[in-house]
Amino acid sequence: MREMIMNELTQTTQELARGFAQYLPRLIVMLIIVLVGWLIAYLLKMIARSILRLTKFAKLSENAGATQLLKKAALPSSTELLSSFVFWVAWIGFILLGVSALGIGGFEEHVSRFFLFLPRLFVALVILFFGLLAASFFSRATLLAAVNAHSRSPRLLSLSVRLILIIFTVSMVFEELGIAEQTIILAFGIGFGAIMLGLALAFGLGGQDLAREFLERRLTRERKEEKENELSPL
Amino acid sequence: MAEESFLTDEFLRQLINVGEVDILIGVPTHNNAKTIGPVIQNIQAGILKCFPRERVVIINADGGSRDGTPDLVAGASISDAQHASNLFTLRTLHSISTQYADGPDAGAALRTMLAAAELLRAKVAVVVSPDSVEPQWIQRLAVPIYKDNFDLVTPVYRRHKFEGLLMRTLLYPMTRAVYGYAIREPYASEFAVSDRLATDFLATEEWNDELGRIGPEMGLTTKAMAGRFHLCQAFLGTKAPVEGTSSDLVAAMRRTVGVLFSSLDTNFPVWSASNGLAPVPTFGSPAEVTLEPVSVDRNRLWEMFTTGVSELEPVFRSILSPSTLQELVGLASGGNGAGKYGAELWARTVYEFAAAYHRSVINRDHIIQALVPLYRGRTLTFISENESTSAEQIESSIECQCAEFERLKPYLLDTWNGGK
Repeated sequence: MREMIMNELTQTTQELARGFAQYLPRLIVMLIIVLVGWLIAYLLKMIARSILRLTKFAKLSENAGATQLLKKAALPSSTELLSSFVFWVAWIGFILLGVSALGIGGFEEHVSRFFLFLPRLFVALVILFFGLLAASFFSRATLLAAVNAHSRSPRLLSLSVRLILIIFTVSMVFEELGIAEQTIILAFGIGFGAIMLGLALAFGLGGQDLAREFLERRLTRERKEEKENELSPL
Repeated sequence: MAEESFLTDEFLRQLINVGEVDILIGVPTHNNAKTIGPVIQNIQAGILKCFPRERVVIINADGGSRDGTPDLVAGASISDAQHASNLFTLRTLHSISTQYADGPDAGAALRTMLAAAELLRAKVAVVVSPDSVEPQWIQRLAVPIYKDNFDLVTPVYRRHKFEGLLMRTLLYPMTRAVYGYAIREPYASEFAVSDRLATDFLATEEWNDELGRIGPEMGLTTKAMAGRFHLCQAFLGTKAPVEGTSSDLVAAMRRTVGVLFSSLDTNFPVWSASNGLAPVPTFGSPAEVTLEPVSVDRNRLWEMFTTGVSELEPVFRSILSPSTLQELVGLASGGNGAGKYGAELWARTVYEFAAAYHRSVINRDHIIQALVPLYRGRTLTFISENESTSAEQIESSIECQCAEFERLKPYLLDTWNGGK
C-alpha cells in the first residue's frame, strides 16, 4: 500500500516536473517578450512625446479645450497622457503576445480580437480629439459673433453649440467603438428631436407674440437705430 | 509676365489697343450704378484740367455688378466734361471695364488694376473710390509721383472729430509707432502708387491669402513702409461717409487691423529695428477736423463694452496679460461710463493683441473679433473726453495716443515672443 502511494506520488511529481520543463521555455519566452515589449513601449513613448512636443500638440489641445478638461479631472497634460497611452497600448500588446506564446487554448482568439480593436480605438480617439477641437472653435465663434451682434445670452448660445457638438462627437465615438451602438443612436435621436420640438413649440406657440415682436425689432427698427447711432470707424 | 495669367484675353486685347500710358486711373466697382456716372465725369474733368497732354486710361475693375455699372463706365463720354470745362485733351482718353470675378474681391480688383498699370507701363496708378471723387483729387494724388518721384500718396481728409476713430486711435498711432511713418490714413480708398511700388507689390505672395484678398489697401501701405519707399500725403478735402462701414465693424477690423497685425509677422526684422520717424511730406493742408455736434448713443457703447468684457473674459485670458485683463474687468465693472479707457491702457491692450495674434494663441480671426468690444470702450472714452474740445485739442488727444504707442513699443517687443 505504502509503495503504491509512493509510486503515485513519484509519478505525479515526475509528470509535474515534465510539464513544468515543457512550459519553462515558453514561460521564459513570454518573460522575454514582456521585457523586450516594455523596452520597445518605453522607446515608443519617448518618441511619441518628442513628436508631440515638436508639433506643439499641447497648444492644439489647449485650443480644443482638452487641457482645461484634463486639469479639471486632475489628469496629466495631454502630451503626457497621449504618450502614456502609446506606452500602455504597446506594452499590453506585447504582454498579450507573450501570454499567447504559452499556448493556452482559446487565448489566441482574444489576442487577435484585441489587435483588430486597436485601429478602431485609434479612430475613436482621433474623432474625439477633432470633435473637441470643433466644439471649442465653434462655441468661441458663436460667443464672439453673439457679443459683437449685441445678442442676449451669448454664453448660453455658445454653451449650447459646444454641448450639441460634444454630444454629437461622443455618440460618434461610441458608434466607432461599437459600444451600446443602438442605445446611443436612439438616445441621441430622441434627445435631439425633443430639444428641437421643444424649441419649435416654445417659439411658435408659447411665444408667438414675442417671436413676432422680436423678428420685427430685429429686422427693421433695431437695424435702423444701429445705423443712425454708430459712427464710421474708417 | 505672371500677372497676365489672371487677366482675361478680352481685357488684354483692350490693353494692347491702348498701348503705353503715363497715368492709369483705377476704379474698383460692385453695383455702383447710382454713383459711378458722376465719379467718371469728375475723373474726366480732373484729367482735362491737369493732364491734357498726358496719356491717361481709366480702368474699371468690376466684381460682377448686376446693375449695369460696367456699361456706364465704358459708355461714359468725355464730350460732356469737355463742354462743361471748355478744355480738351491732346490724346484719346480710354475707358476700359473688366470683370475680375462674380463677386466683390478687393484684392483681385487692386491686383487687376496694378497689373494693367504694369502692362501699360504707367508711371502712376491712381485708385479712387466708386462712391465719390472730386476732379482736383486726381491731380493731388498723381502729381507727387508723376513729378516728384514719390512711391505712395495717401490721402488726408477733412473729417468730423468723431469719424474715423479706428484710424485715429489704432491704425495711425500703431503704424506710426511701429514702422516710423506718420501716415494719417494707412487704409485708404483713394491713393496713388508708383510703377516701382506697384511692381514690387504685385510680386508679393499676399494675394494668395485671405487677408490679402480682403484688405490689400492696408497691405500696400505696410509694404511701402516696410520697404522704405518714398511716402507722402495729399490733402483731398472732405471725406464722404461710406455706407455700410459703421454697421459692420468686425469686417472693417478684419481688413485693417487684421492686415496690420499680419504684416508685423512678415516685417519683424524691419519694424523691430526701426527707431524714430521718417519724414512724410504732406501736400496741401494737414488733417482738418469739423466740430458740429453729433448724437452718439453712449449707453449702447458702454453696454457693448461691458458685456464684451464680461462675456469674453475666458477668451481674453488667453490673449491679455493678467494685469491688463484685471484693469479692463475693473473698468467694465464700474458704473455707467465711470472708468476711463485711457490711451496707455488702450495701447497696451492693442500690443498684447498683436503679440497674441503673432503667437496664434487662438484662431487669429477670433483675436480680431475679440478686439471689437474693447475698441467700443476706447471709442466711448475718446468721445467723452473730447465732447466739447476744439480742433487743436482733438489733435493733441491723437498725439497723446501716438506718444503712448511709441513709448510702449519696447513692451510690444517684450511680449512678441511670449514674455508678459
